[in-house]
Amino acid sequence: MREILLSHGGGGKETQKLIKELFLKHFSNPILDKMEDSAVLEINSKIAFTTDSFTVSPLFFKGGDIGKLAIAGTVNDLAVMGAKPLYLSCSFIIEEGFPLKDLEKIVESMAKEAKKSDVQIVTGDTKIVPKGSVDGIFINSSGIGKVIYDGISAQNLEEGDCIVISGTVGDHGACVMAQREGIEMESDIESDCESLWDMVEEVIKHNIKIRAMRDPTRGGLSAVLNEWALSSNVEIEIEEDKIPVKPEVQGLCELLGFEPYSLANEGKIVFCVDNKDVEKLLTVLKNHQKGKDATLIGKVISKGKPIVILKSPYGTGRVMEFPSGELLPRIC
Amino acid sequence: MCLSIPSKVEEITEDGFAVVDTMGVKRKVSLHLMAESVNIGDYVLIHVGYAITKLSEEDALESLKIYEEIIHKLEEEERAEIFGDLDG
Amino acid sequence: MDKVDFIKDFRDSKRIKALSDIIFKEADRPINIMEICGGHTHTIMKYGLSQILPSFINFVHGPGCPVCVMPKERIDHAISLVQDERNILVVLGDMIRVPGSESSLAKERAKGKNVKVVYSPFDAIKIAKENPQKNVIYFAIGFETTTPMTASVIEFTIKEDIKNLFFHINHVLVPPPIKAIMDSKEANIDAFIGPSHVSVITGAKIYDDIVKSYGTPVVVSGFEPVDVMESVLRIVRQFKEGRREVEIQYSRAVNFNGNVKAQQLIDKYFTTRESFRWRGIGDIPYSGLKLKEEFSYLDAEVIFKDILPSKQIDDHKLCICGDILKGTAKPYDCKVFAKTCSPENPLGACMVSSEGACAAYYKYGKLELTL
Repeated sequence: MREILLSHGGGGKETQKLIKELFLKHFSNPILDKMEDSAVLEINSKIAFTTDSFTVSPLFFKGGDIGKLAIAGTVNDLAVMGAKPLYLSCSFIIEEGFPLKDLEKIVESMAKEAKKSDVQIVTGDTKIVPKGSVDGIFINSSGIGKVIYDGISAQNLEEGDCIVISGTVGDHGACVMAQREGIEMESDIESDCESLWDMVEEVIKHNIKIRAMRDPTRGGLSAVLNEWALSSNVEIEIEEDKIPVKPEVQGLCELLGFEPYSLANEGKIVFCVDNKDVEKLLTVLKNHQKGKDATLIGKVISKGKPIVILKSPYGTGRVMEFPSGELLPRIC
Repeated sequence: MCLSIPSKVEEITEDGFAVVDTMGVKRKVSLHLMAESVNIGDYVLIHVGYAITKLSEEDALESLKIYEEIIHKLEEEERAEIFGDLDG
Repeated sequence: MDKVDFIKDFRDSKRIKALSDIIFKEADRPINIMEICGGHTHTIMKYGLSQILPSFINFVHGPGCPVCVMPKERIDHAISLVQDERNILVVLGDMIRVPGSESSLAKERAKGKNVKVVYSPFDAIKIAKENPQKNVIYFAIGFETTTPMTASVIEFTIKEDIKNLFFHINHVLVPPPIKAIMDSKEANIDAFIGPSHVSVITGAKIYDDIVKSYGTPVVVSGFEPVDVMESVLRIVRQFKEGRREVEIQYSRAVNFNGNVKAQQLIDKYFTTRESFRWRGIGDIPYSGLKLKEEFSYLDAEVIFKDILPSKQIDDHKLCICGDILKGTAKPYDCKVFAKTCSPENPLGACMVSSEGACAAYYKYGKLELTL
């Protein structure tokens, strides 16, 4: 067996074999191993529940792959709601003919990533579709987490609050773009794809009052800030030269005409905290390996007008727009 | 129009191409449009995969000198204004 | 360690600020400056340069965006070509978003038609070699900067005897629309900021005629904010000192004669069209290029003549792209700007390309509207 065949999704012997020899082998835990129609869970607390589907081209990129992305993405969606990730589901839609060794690599990577946040994959599904129906493999994962820190919301922003980003922006988007067919640039840009619950837990432990927290994935930093400005009806002012960007990410942006703050991140968090907590937050983040480049990038300056302004060091300003349209290289 | 970015030549290949580095991003570009010889370490402008000219460090330094002079002149004037105020 | 950082040194805020200060000190009369090139429009908007210049120095955004000025009938050509499954159309960047009369290449691609977006025209060769059973058509766009690359690919196609690669030529020239605008007398333009990278190829000599004919200074400028600010200062000084000249601010890349090898390559394969239609501006004589007749066996307009529509299409009634390209109106003057016309759903060409004047205003300029 070298490739995934339609029969692997038929529900018969081949399906059983695939589940046992691949998924159970790597994901094994007492709940999943029962192989019931649903996982039965016992949680006595407020829970957070999230779902996300993952498609990425290329499937394997520097710093990660679609499997790691699917786990980290769902873990991070729980983490930014102050919830400790507990259980995940994973559902695969696979194109007929997909190499089995690639699928195993993806599954291994998922198991490894799940372990980092001590989260269990307790239920799943696999569908095989005819060639051409999907681009290789799509993964959906849902997650349940126990809410440890309650009250985080995009509607909480107040005048005077500080905006902090946990590290450099645009790494994942630039990495994937550089390796995309037709662009093929060589660079050391690695995706920042990683699970961030441990970093968030650290922040919560230090009694920092978090107003809002978001992982700036698709749409990047500008999408998160614009959503916050709209939800809280506030004006946010960002100092453009404070936004941390790796030189090679900036280089790719120069070549293709993109803005780093519109590119996706998969291992960063944007925080909004009260002014008096910002120093403590920066210290906690900088002491954590995943937040060592954390930077204060701006402030909420007033209520009543939902807009994000980028300020230059020489006194001009412009609107940081919601990203829109497909990201296409600008030739001109 | 015509996005074009300064990049450093890292390697010249025999088939008329070069590998250039733009802030850490490397790409193979064609030298077909270059009349002058290109050497490793030169800075070139790249447009849609082609080098279109070498950049002159000398001329760039000349520009930077003009800016330094302007900054200097403005500082002098500001100083004169402050002292002028003190005198008055 | 290099003595110059060709990017950061020309974005330095201290230098931008100093140039702003000195322009405030020296500028003594209103000047309408047309930046011809969309790249400069982008720099002006992105760095908010109007905000640190005297209010009487006004930027007029010119026609220098090759994507924006492409008329619908040319897009319709591209769309007709991909209706045949045996054809693959190769295009650069955001060209695929430009609306034709009924569709766009992006929409056709979504329907499964063979539209390939590439970063470099050279990739067309690779695609042709990988698909020997298909006709690969390179839809060539761009001003003088991008024309020599098409010529280079043509040269390679002939040399390698590649039989399945064809060229649909839409290259246009910078000086004719400037003359068309100045001759129309509608626009009130005192000086020009000349394009950076067009001038790398052509040399600054192409602007001599403009200074002579219209008495307007032309300063060929780099794309970084420090470059644009210095170019404004140079224009201010020309007026103060009563000079009217072509000046090269972007001396690290541009000289008077340009890249002669690239010019020769262009002359080898291309000749001017009698007329080319510009979206928004209309027909301008000798403003576009086509393949020379001896290369008609590579010319998609000749080879696929039977399937290419010939109908001319008028611009959208409410769209004032034409006036914006001519410099007689600002995007804010348009009734549909940021309402029915947006980057997601562009009515006119200025909103399509990220360097079009309307898209640049939409993206960066809302501040002035909301303040």
